[in-house]
Amino acid sequence: MLELIVISTLNGVLYGMLLFLMASGLTVIFSMLGVLNFAHASFYMLGAFFGFQISRWFGFWPALILAPLLAGALGAAVERYGLRHVHKNGHVAELLFTFGLAFAIEEIVQIIWGKSPVDFRVPPLLDFPAFTLFSTNYPAFKIFMLVVSIVIFIGLLVVLKRTRIGLIVQAALTHPHMVGHLGHNVGRIFMLVFGVGTALAAVAGVIAGPALVTQSNMAGLLGPILFVVVVVGGLGSLPGAFIASLLIGLVQTFAVSMNGSLAGAFGPLSPDYAATWLSDIWNVTVAQIAPIMPYLLLVLILIFRPMGLLGTRDT
Amino acid sequence: MSDALAKIPATIAPPRPAASDRLKFYGIWIGAALALLVLPKLFSSGGSLTTFSLIGISIIFSLSYNILLGQTGMLSFGHAVYYGLGGFLAIHAINIIARNKFAIPLPLVPLVGGAAGLVFAMLLGWVSTRRSGTAFAMISLGVAELVASSALILRTFFGGEAGVSANRTKVLRLFDWSFGPQIQIYYLVAAWTLIAVIAMYALTRTPLGRMCNAVRDNPERVQFVGYDPHIIRYIAFCFSGLFAGIAGALAAINFEIANSAYLGAVQSGTVLFATYIGGVGFFIGPIVGAIFVTLLSLGLSDLTQVWQLYFGLIFIAVVMFAPGGITGLLMMHRPLLKGGTLSRVLPSYLVAFVPTLAMITGLMLAIETTVHFTVNPGEDSHIKAFGIPFDAANPAIWAVAAVLLIGGFIIARKTWARVAGSWDDALTAAREKGVAA
Amino acid sequence: MRKLALIASIALPMLGGTAMAQETVKIGYIDPLSGGGASVGEVGLKTFQFLADELNAKGGILGKKVEIVPLDNKTNPQESLIQAQKAIDGGIRYITQGNGSSVAGALSDFVTKFNDRNPGKEVLYFNYAAVDPVLTNEKCSFWHFRWDANSDIKMEALTNYIKTVPAVKNVYLINQDYSFGQSVRSQARAMLGAKRPDVKIVGDELHPLLKITDFAPYIAKIKASGADSVITGNWGQDFALLLKAAADAGLKVSWFTYYAGGTGGPTAIKQAGLNHQVFQIAEGIPNLGHASADVFEKALRAKYDFSLFYPRAVNEMRMFAAAAEKAKSLDPVKVAAALEGMEFEVFDGGKGNMRKDDHQFFQPMYIASFGERTDKEPFDEEKTGWGWKLAAKIDTPQTVLPTTCKMERP
Repeated sequence: MLELIVISTLNGVLYGMLLFLMASGLTVIFSMLGVLNFAHASFYMLGAFFGFQISRWFGFWPALILAPLLAGALGAAVERYGLRHVHKNGHVAELLFTFGLAFAIEEIVQIIWGKSPVDFRVPPLLDFPAFTLFSTNYPAFKIFMLVVSIVIFIGLLVVLKRTRIGLIVQAALTHPHMVGHLGHNVGRIFMLVFGVGTALAAVAGVIAGPALVTQSNMAGLLGPILFVVVVVGGLGSLPGAFIASLLIGLVQTFAVSMNGSLAGAFGPLSPDYAATWLSDIWNVTVAQIAPIMPYLLLVLILIFRPMGLLGTRDT
Repeated sequence: MSDALAKIPATIAPPRPAASDRLKFYGIWIGAALALLVLPKLFSSGGSLTTFSLIGISIIFSLSYNILLGQTGMLSFGHAVYYGLGGFLAIHAINIIARNKFAIPLPLVPLVGGAAGLVFAMLLGWVSTRRSGTAFAMISLGVAELVASSALILRTFFGGEAGVSANRTKVLRLFDWSFGPQIQIYYLVAAWTLIAVIAMYALTRTPLGRMCNAVRDNPERVQFVGYDPHIIRYIAFCFSGLFAGIAGALAAINFEIANSAYLGAVQSGTVLFATYIGGVGFFIGPIVGAIFVTLLSLGLSDLTQVWQLYFGLIFIAVVMFAPGGITGLLMMHRPLLKGGTLSRVLPSYLVAFVPTLAMITGLMLAIETTVHFTVNPGEDSHIKAFGIPFDAANPAIWAVAAVLLIGGFIIARKTWARVAGSWDDALTAAREKGVAA
Repeated sequence: MRKLALIASIALPMLGGTAMAQETVKIGYIDPLSGGGASVGEVGLKTFQFLADELNAKGGILGKKVEIVPLDNKTNPQESLIQAQKAIDGGIRYITQGNGSSVAGALSDFVTKFNDRNPGKEVLYFNYAAVDPVLTNEKCSFWHFRWDANSDIKMEALTNYIKTVPAVKNVYLINQDYSFGQSVRSQARAMLGAKRPDVKIVGDELHPLLKITDFAPYIAKIKASGADSVITGNWGQDFALLLKAAADAGLKVSWFTYYAGGTGGPTAIKQAGLNHQVFQIAEGIPNLGHASADVFEKALRAKYDFSLFYPRAVNEMRMFAAAAEKAKSLDPVKVAAALEGMEFEVFDGGKGNMRKDDHQFFQPMYIASFGERTDKEPFDEEKTGWGWKLAAKIDTPQTVLPTTCKMERP
């Protein structure tokens, strides 16, 4: 029991940090620009594929730097030449723009790299078990992922709270017009924020690529869950997103480790109901519904605390 | 004082429309009905009948979505929930009717779907319509995921992955219509489409429809005049669920199967696309969008292997260059038409058309040739794109593509500027003639 | 105007629906060519096109050229029905599909109803990979023929093998939560219980289909259960991610799988370093040393960058040609009659037969493990350097299972 609790906690934290890594960029974009960026996961995928290609040519470590820069530049260009023109037509237009973008990016990736998974390996430097706990190995690469997540979290916090640019961005968050009136180039701030956000997604891609599967459908899988993280955490709150990621990671991992069902708790259902929908509910295990827990959490949070866990602004 | 009050209603109520206007108004509906009757005579293959049926279903679904998005200003990511539940209930209804030999003919089954959509909208809508904006959008996303996932868990009702199937010919027959052949299904869908469209149009003309617009534009003021925006959003949501359920039931009748894909995110995304692309600002917008998107999604994959890329690019283009959707783009010309200055812009359109077409052709040529070399290397280089054969191995292709794309763009940019200029002139001229823009 | 032209160019080919003169035999290939399932669908399409070329080189079927018409169903049952309708409009009388039992169920249902309502225009449905047992049991149809062993047959063969391996003592079942995964799980329980009552099933997990990004918690559970073997029907990324997580955690078990050879599977096994620990049950693998199969495999690899994953597709196309020759007709009803009960020398050698009662094809099955090669295994997979090695052959009679099908014949 203790073994399962310790291991589940560890796995939950690791998974949560992976989520945060992916969601951090979206938090920045979604909170600052209010853009429901459905293409965010596409930039994550682009990061993974850029990382794969660059690591083939120059190795993993240059890829970790170059791929996000490339994706960030692309993101900034998308904001400058696309989103900015759509912005005046409202959020739905922006959203559909990113929808279309996600479609196009997925197909472009398929044209270039094919539809099958590519062989993106963990760099040899990190390809060893970092430690063993209850005879379960924890690979060094996952620990590296954890460290990167925390570094990004702290880095973003410091930039937002302690630097001049962070202050301007924060001000733009609550009073965009006022910031504009003060003579700041709000357009450039938005472009910067979007570029940084997409670059963060690409960092997640380069790191998650070898750890998970690098394939052209990897973006579609993650889209909605990232919004869950951002909204549950609270718009505009980086610590909120951090806590939400951890929470979702832990909830999901612990749910998976539980075999309980209503049948287990109250005994088997009488055979009269064997072929009714009641028996489906009765026999479903907690583990089976683990992956929909985040959405349950999302709905509950929005009903009872619409500003999210640590949010300051009503969504 | 009392005199003044008595006069107010007369000034507020719109004037009775003139006989010619009324004729025009009813003429449109009768014309639509006639067109629906004649259509299968022109295109009678099974595939085109299926296409028309799908378009009809999509029209109802998109219009129901526009009750939310266009009229009440609520962005939903989970409208397929009501569509899907309507479909499932309809399939179960067909099975139950067939098993118990109830005297209910197939054309009434969509009512079951509508009722299902309404009931679930009533159940799920109350909490989610408390707010609009992002909160509503996100709740709808969460609810959609929950319902779609439970479709795979509640197997006895939803039939798991495989879904539930039925045989529509087994229910009570009316006038010897078995509803086996697609043509009969087409007429069923067409009739329901007409009914639903008229009903939804009528809804926009009621005080409720007007209050929905008010809630969309300024919920605070709505509160000041004594209405609760939450209630209005809720009622609109329920109506929207009702019509989505009807659409879902028709889809279930058409395919004779309902499965979890009905409830999924793709379905919700498609309706959002169709509605917005058509134009949310006009009643016929979603109709145009439904036709456009259905044809696109059915036909594009036959023409090119990388249809997703074109799909994405088309949406980006529409969102960027036609923010009011296709209908918005067309409606922009109304004042010009009324002012009689439309002829002033047409020449510049023609001039702009050529380089723009060249640019698009160049882009398509480049894409298709690239696709040939990366996706199908080693295959015959004589490929067909959009029905036009060419040799991808010919190096001149690249030069042609580059010239068309770059040259087209440079010239097209200049012509676009001309279009904008002549457009402004024409509009000013129309205004001078006293036509309100 | 431009928009009108665009709409017309899209709509017209669809609305035209002209019946083509039957100079070619067209086979509608309805499978995902875009979206998540595209990588699998594309391999299938190219395999079929290769097989059509092979038939055409020999003069086609009854002197007519064979043409594969790709139709993208986006793994969606409704879309598949639209595509099937479109195929029928284009004069296609034979359709083939494989990916997704939900699609297969919908298609089988559609074809049956269509043939019922349109006598004289019958369409046959050749299923090359959808393995849900109901298709040849409760929901069997005269118009549906299946060349892949259904999941019960595979489990029968697999458990017949496990019966002979005493090292298997504690088995963990992990499967995707949908009809196929559930049938794997329930059959594994039933058949293991009957054949190896001493084997303990220490865990039985269903996880959502293609939704899990991190399998570490599942691996932790497998580890805690003390299992020495895992039986899984997982495919695609659910398989790759499961193995990756297992390798990360250092889980050492034997894997008995259905689809380890699927796209991306061999790469994942190699990355995880599970040398000859992953077994697959299939109707054929490279490296069996069967001469004609080796020639075919080499030719396929020379043309495309993948290996033959669908020996059943070879059987399907060759048997279709044989049946048409036997019936001396391309009329689907006659071809169907000729296919019923037909005996056939399968791709990798050995006898197979299309059972008349339920239109399920029975053939020798092979259990193979994936890992380092010796001289006897010339072929590797996905450029990993590793290849399949035969562990056991289960001959046709040991794969036969009863059916509950009550076939309604026209």
